[in-house]
Amino acid sequence: MFKLFTDLADWLTYSVLNLDPASKLGDAVHFFIEDVSKIYVLLIFMIYVIALLRASLKVEKVRDYLAGKHRGLGYLLGSGFGAITPFCSCSSIPVFLGFSSAGIPVGITMAFLMTSPLINEVAVLLLLSLLGWQFTILYMIVGMGVGILCGFFLDQIRAERWLESFAAEALQQARQAPSELNTTATEAEPERLTFSERHHFAKTETLDIFGRVWKWVIIGVGLGAGLHGFVPDGWIETHLGDGQWWSVPAAVLLGIPLYSNATGVIPVMESLIINGLPVGTTLAFCMSTVAASFPEFILLKQVMQWRLLAILFALLLAAFTVVGWIFNGFTPFIQ
Amino acid sequence: MKEIKVLGSGCSKCTKTAEAIQKIAEELGVEATVIKETNPQAMLTYKVMSTPAVVIDEKLVHGGSIPHRNQIEKWLTAG
Repeated sequence: MFKLFTDLADWLTYSVLNLDPASKLGDAVHFFIEDVSKIYVLLIFMIYVIALLRASLKVEKVRDYLAGKHRGLGYLLGSGFGAITPFCSCSSIPVFLGFSSAGIPVGITMAFLMTSPLINEVAVLLLLSLLGWQFTILYMIVGMGVGILCGFFLDQIRAERWLESFAAEALQQARQAPSELNTTATEAEPERLTFSERHHFAKTETLDIFGRVWKWVIIGVGLGAGLHGFVPDGWIETHLGDGQWWSVPAAVLLGIPLYSNATGVIPVMESLIINGLPVGTTLAFCMSTVAASFPEFILLKQVMQWRLLAILFALLLAAFTVVGWIFNGFTPFIQ
Repeated sequence: MKEIKVLGSGCSKCTKTAEAIQKIAEELGVEATVIKETNPQAMLTYKVMSTPAVVIDEKLVHGGSIPHRNQIEKWLTAG
């Protein structure tokens, strides 16, 4: 199925642009065209199909389901729902408040919010097609693990102390009167969706997501192509290939100012791994790029005090570093 | 005179929603004020969890997406 894109890239690079297949430039351009065309087609197709299927899954339902669940199970479910529930990052504030006013502990809410950018269906399918199922499963376990453990830790340190007062009050009230589950008026909308409603949702979703990620794909693949064609073969492998301990925190720090969503960063992961960067270092770098982004952290300031925000940030960075070390440590045993 | 609030933290979808409502109201000649509400406390008040959400005369009518043109027309002409 993917050969089509290789043929397209062959034709455009070698016939239309008349580049030499043996040259660095030809190699880089070929990689760029093949990956961008493949990812665009996959994205449009996958976003649409998945949006059709999950059109009826709403955060309100997730909240009602999570409210009143046992804590231990709550972290796992919170993180799992974070992975599959669609919501735009600009909704994280209302989601946070909605969960809190249903009495869901901060840790479970954060497990949901942290897993959400790391794992989404588009990222998973891209990983499957570019890096294979073993890596995809690894990535999902790690992404959910980070969300679950961070959520658990936040509840252990009683993070709700550092919420902004109105958010803390909402949580407090709900905890005292758990029977009165706040339900939203949107539930008045019909539960059963017709196909045309699903199609409308899926179409809007596809246009919206594609509109946001297409440029990240270009940047991601462009960087990948640069690495592919111009970084001397074996350079990364010689210098960083042993998974030197400092390379992991360095990769995490490097990922902070870089901001991308999971879709854009996957092509970069692909070429980093092909070029011999250890899996742990690559994972650490990519997760840091996706999840530790300032613009989204600043949004959370509306409901949290600086102190909690700083703890959260440090927690994520520490988690990614540990993930990197663990994977670098285990890689020799896997292969 | 309808008072319409669009709730959301200022993402592009919310802006589009507010613009669409404003435009359709003008087309239909319905008098309406469209306010964009970004304050998180408002979301708590109306118990909104997915933005953009639409509140008409203090009643939540929609949440989670840019509303359909038909829907907007229905809201504006009702009552």
